[in-house]
Amino acid sequence: MTRAEIADANRRRYEALRATGQGEATKALPPPTALDGAPIAPGAVIRSETLPPGWYETVRLRRGEALRIVDISGRASVSVIGWCLHDTSERLNCADTAKVQWSTNLAKGRVILTDMGRVFLSLIEDTSGAHDLLVGGSTPASTLAAYGETARNTHDNFLAGAAKLGLGLRDIPPCVTFFAPVSLDGDGRFLWNGGRKRPGDFVDLRAESDLVLIASNCPHPLDPARPVSAGPVTLVRHRAPPATPDDPCRTISPEITRAFAFTDRMHA
Amino acid sequence: MTETVTSNRRLPDPADAVYSHDVPAERSWSRLLRAGQTLRIVDLEGQQAVDALLYCAANPEERYSAQDTLRVQGSAYVGLGTRLVSNKGRTMAHVAADTCGRHDTSAGCCSCESNAVRFGEQTRYQHACRENFILELSRHGLGKRDIVANLNFFMNVPIDPAGNFTVDDGISAGGNHVDITAEMDVIFVISNCPQVNNPCNGFNPTPVRVLVWDPPAA
Repeated sequence: MTRAEIADANRRRYEALRATGQGEATKALPPPTALDGAPIAPGAVIRSETLPPGWYETVRLRRGEALRIVDISGRASVSVIGWCLHDTSERLNCADTAKVQWSTNLAKGRVILTDMGRVFLSLIEDTSGAHDLLVGGSTPASTLAAYGETARNTHDNFLAGAAKLGLGLRDIPPCVTFFAPVSLDGDGRFLWNGGRKRPGDFVDLRAESDLVLIASNCPHPLDPARPVSAGPVTLVRHRAPPATPDDPCRTISPEITRAFAFTDRMHA
Repeated sequence: MTETVTSNRRLPDPADAVYSHDVPAERSWSRLLRAGQTLRIVDLEGQQAVDALLYCAANPEERYSAQDTLRVQGSAYVGLGTRLVSNKGRTMAHVAADTCGRHDTSAGCCSCESNAVRFGEQTRYQHACRENFILELSRHGLGKRDIVANLNFFMNVPIDPAGNFTVDDGISAGGNHVDITAEMDVIFVISNCPQVNNPCNGFNPTPVRVLVWDPPAA
């Protein structure tokens, strides 16, 4: 093939993937979990704890286990980073998560990828579908600007949590924030859609490798509410039901099917 | 949306540049930029994505942070006036001139591994920006773990109100440039993107030019 023919073939493949990724794959996503849905089976809970506002927790998950994060009050946001235990340079990657799924929307049926073309976490349950991949968590500067004084914040929580794992600032990637309804207007300005937050919203994140997460329960920097109104969240580590062959998280698009094939290959 | 903007200040004369270099297609480059120096990146032929990372020269664990930059700015695209903010909340540099109009910082860099996921296993053995970054960072004592979400100059990644995220055809014409003025001493690292599987380089990677000016005499 000539150079021009290769370019044409690559463009056709790209447009086909885009049509699927932003069309059929989006339409095939399962509906959100009901607020009273997806009870955790008796005996499946490994540990449950309450994380107060402003604080962080470190959670280790084996492949196949899941973390349920529950926003009890409907006023919390939880920022999450994490690393693979086989190599901490392999970590949660927001950019690849958006790029590979052709969307900044995380919802039931979506996944979070690592930087190595593998699946890190699957959103096997999600009542909310309103999460943030772009803006990140609070920082000393963002709390000072919002409240006139520095408050407990996600940047410092991540640093402290990472340090207790022998990791440092170099290891901290951009974060995902759950229960953070951020959208964009037509000019790319960020909007906060506070009406999409409900008491009892939860996500279930199934680990696709052995990994460690840090969850920081701090108000999102775009949330106009002051930290005093923030609420605790529940973190439940549990044994998730085994993935079935037609698990939508695994089969939603050709890209995600490949990402799972590469993940499974590493664990074979 | 693609309105062309430039700064009002007098554009520097290329004859006064203290450094000029053409980065070949698909290759990497890095240089120490002193506070006050301005780096220009010229998209010589148009539609060429330039992936970039900045590290504080005095303490490289302080580095460019895409999320801090977007939070401070309140919007999703990089353009004239954007302050490039570090993971410690400090402004490392700012965009002092821009004839393209919009740049990305949410899509990250291409890698052999993500190419295999996105475009199929047969694309795994194609050169990628992360290979460039790893090799270039090794010259500064840095490694894979130091690669964070980068800037993508001249790369068009619209994010629509429904959340659709698309690497689209470039809006940069041949000769477009972006000027970045350092506000601290920074190691500036570039991967001239080798991607041929999406439209970020018009399916044809091309060279870019980098020029550096000292700060104007007081």
